[in-house]
Amino acid sequence: MTDDELIWRISGGSGDGIASTSQNFAKALMRSGLNVFTHRHYPSRIRGGHTYTEVRASAGPVESRGDGYNFLLALGDSFARNPQEEAVYGNEEIKPLSENLDELREGGVIVYDEGLLDASEIPDFEERAEENDWHVYPLDLRGLARDQGREVMRNTAGVGATCALTGMDLDHVQDLMRDAMPEKILEPNLEILQIAYDQVKEEYDVDAPDVSVPTGEHDETQLLMSGSDAISYGAIDEGCRFIAGYPMTPWTEVFTIMTQNLPKLGGISEQVEDEIAAAALAVGASHAGVKAMSGSSGGGFALMSEPLGLAEMTETPVVLVEAMRAGPSTGMPTKPEQSDLEHVLYTSQGDSQRVVLAPGTVEEAYEQSRIAFRLAYEYQIPTILLYDQKLGGELKNVPKSHFDREPNPTLGKTLSEDALADEPHSPDGKFHRFQHDVEDGVSPRSIPGQKGGRFLATGNEHDPTGHIAESPDNRVAQIDRRTQKLEAIRDDLDQEDTGSYAGPEDAEYGILTFGSQQGTVEEAVGRLNDAGISVKSYGVSDMLPFPTEQVREFVESVDEVLVVEMTASGQFRGLVQKNLGQYGEKLSSLLKYNGNPFEPAEVVDGFEAAIVEGDGDASGHQTTFVPAAGD
Amino acid sequence: MSTFSAIGEEREIDRDEYTPGVEPQPTWCPGCGDFSVLKALKQALPEVGRTPEETLLCTGIGCSGKLNSYLDTYGFHTIHGRSLPVARAAKLANPDLEVIAAGGDGDGYGIGGNHFIHTARENHDMTYIVFNNEIFGLTKGQTSPTSPKGHKSKTQPHGSAKEPIKPLSMSLNAGASYVARTAAVNPNQAKEIIIEAIEHDGFAHVDFLTQCPTWNKDARQYVPYIDVNESDDYEFDKTDRVEAAEMMRETEESLYEGEVLTGRFYVDEERPSYGAEKQEIGEMPEEPLAERYWDDDYEWERSHDMFLDKHA
Repeated sequence: MTDDELIWRISGGSGDGIASTSQNFAKALMRSGLNVFTHRHYPSRIRGGHTYTEVRASAGPVESRGDGYNFLLALGDSFARNPQEEAVYGNEEIKPLSENLDELREGGVIVYDEGLLDASEIPDFEERAEENDWHVYPLDLRGLARDQGREVMRNTAGVGATCALTGMDLDHVQDLMRDAMPEKILEPNLEILQIAYDQVKEEYDVDAPDVSVPTGEHDETQLLMSGSDAISYGAIDEGCRFIAGYPMTPWTEVFTIMTQNLPKLGGISEQVEDEIAAAALAVGASHAGVKAMSGSSGGGFALMSEPLGLAEMTETPVVLVEAMRAGPSTGMPTKPEQSDLEHVLYTSQGDSQRVVLAPGTVEEAYEQSRIAFRLAYEYQIPTILLYDQKLGGELKNVPKSHFDREPNPTLGKTLSEDALADEPHSPDGKFHRFQHDVEDGVSPRSIPGQKGGRFLATGNEHDPTGHIAESPDNRVAQIDRRTQKLEAIRDDLDQEDTGSYAGPEDAEYGILTFGSQQGTVEEAVGRLNDAGISVKSYGVSDMLPFPTEQVREFVESVDEVLVVEMTASGQFRGLVQKNLGQYGEKLSSLLKYNGNPFEPAEVVDGFEAAIVEGDGDASGHQTTFVPAAGD
Repeated sequence: MSTFSAIGEEREIDRDEYTPGVEPQPTWCPGCGDFSVLKALKQALPEVGRTPEETLLCTGIGCSGKLNSYLDTYGFHTIHGRSLPVARAAKLANPDLEVIAAGGDGDGYGIGGNHFIHTARENHDMTYIVFNNEIFGLTKGQTSPTSPKGHKSKTQPHGSAKEPIKPLSMSLNAGASYVARTAAVNPNQAKEIIIEAIEHDGFAHVDFLTQCPTWNKDARQYVPYIDVNESDDYEFDKTDRVEAAEMMRETEESLYEGEVLTGRFYVDEERPSYGAEKQEIGEMPEEPLAERYWDDDYEWERSHDMFLDKHA
């Protein structure tokens, strides 16, 4: 925990504009020169229900949510806004305040809308505030907003109060509002921002803020970007111009971003009847010569199993993204989990022939989205980009230069008509699309409409022309060739070096993780080393083909390894053990599956309890330790 | 050479060009109605001037799926019920291709029913031929969505309690702009209807009655048939939805009473195809997307130049 950071939590009801207000505030902090990172928590409801977003800002690097937070702006709940509507979930309107107190740090600040929230309804509120040295500022934000003509502007009033109380200049916030708001609501919002700011300054002595906004400086242009943004831009820069999908949280974000941008690029987006169709459309578009993608979340991805297998068997390049949320079945639609790992690795009949990549950060999401397309088209194989609600929705600042790269629209080993003429054909003119003996197992392809390229793509086992064939020799030759591609992809991915390492190389202990927990684990590793515990981490991105040698080397180099993941059954640890084939006695697990991502302190405490002090659960956290085999 | 020089090529086409060297003799049972679909396509394609290499034939799974092995074009033998989503995406990716989809009644009206409804609704410019034999043939004679009520099979030992699907009515309601039924025993009409379906600018659905002499011996051979457009006994306007709907209903019911009515039931030449609708709202490029990947002069856009400033 550091003192030189602001972790601002804005809470309210779904539909109260929490997301847009927090996004603007995060961007203002970024523009002021700080590094920012957001964490969203929201229910699966249209309106009402307790929701919050945290914005963590620091002059130093931030790659994770923090431990708790130090500034609360508690707005009312939307249910209370309309007097005609009754709150149907009990005392819902007080929740933006009452539900957020447990994680507020000592010495933290509370601003709440006394126009809507009555703190006296919260048991022991004053005692708790005193005990924890909280600084409480009740403000009639609704009243202020009403006076200015629009109650919805209480968000803006709250931001004005935040600025006054943390010593933040209004400049960046005002600039942002000018960028983001339509003319007719801009002026009243600017006014209320100033009024709230001035009123707090007048009423309270804020010259020495309880919690200050840090100051920082960027040496280059920064962008506020989510994992979903990054995945989409990666796809666009690889020349993807076709997407098909069906709405499902949280994958809908990528689908929406692509759908809004593709028409500007002369591309095509299709919202279709179901996810079977969505994946089948991506396969069809790719077969016809376009770089194509689809995607979904767990339940929708389950429907894609069949077209995924079809893409494997017909060697049709396609990228599918899978945005994990808590399962099984409908699970918890808006909560992150990593428990679809085995689902995407193993779904669909037969021996799977696919690539699965799990980026760990927003930056990696962009890079690995590009790698996914490159591998899919170069090796004619479906590639799955596996991420989750956390990575998809969290915002962080990334230097603009990170995206300053050349586009890559190439289709991979696809033949021109000239080149096709030199390739083997059957006497009847059929092109040998699926030749047995080819480099890396990749048999060059043709596109419908090309002269001299006609062939049959089929989900049946097939001979070199694509005709259905079940002879043992052909079967073995074809499946061996398709499998050979995965070996070539392993070598290719070694060059990409997608793994992320933190901590001293000669550390005594290790932490393995995958996907979106990487940043949190790396922050924890830093703190553990500061506390004198020698530990390093390896965030793995390549799920299939798996970087067996690198992981083996990592495991061999330390005494014990804690595997950190958001699953209940230790799926990633199982994958590690399956690939290594040994070291079961060295690997234990720290699991979290309560619907919230790890905080760094949970990894720190969990590691200390389990590894340093010996085989136990850390108290006070909802994490679970699973000991190594034989322990 | 251009990228897709098979497309738009003007030349005489021999129907033998569609006969593959591998499996030139279809393995369908003797007397199977599927032969007639193959024959009709081989006759229709040269007449409409589409060569094997500018045609993409997408099939599902079942006896009908074997069509890809016997008709030598670019082919995609997909999975059970999914020929339509694969086919319509190929059409969007490259509208210059002649896209034809085919499947059985189980494939199209059963497992793929959702895709059928939505593809018809969207009115993609393509032809969809359903081999309707009122039975599951390849899996050896189970009751299918078009089997008559009371149909007995190993999977319906007491006779099916279900009313059969009404494919023509379903197609009309879903939005198909060309709906016809033909029968294997009527090769001339079949050829003409396939030609019209291919030339139709929109979703053309052909319910093709293909008798199954092996697993549906009890079923009629779909004779005698009556062409409702020719017969004086039937008068209706095939461009009128209401009259078409009535004619379809009668046709669907009379099939199970032993009367085989065929012909064009609904034709709407006014409705734009899906591709045209999408272009109209600016969501589909004028030039085929598939061409762009071969255009050396095309300057590929970067997110860096187009979309990032709003994140700053």
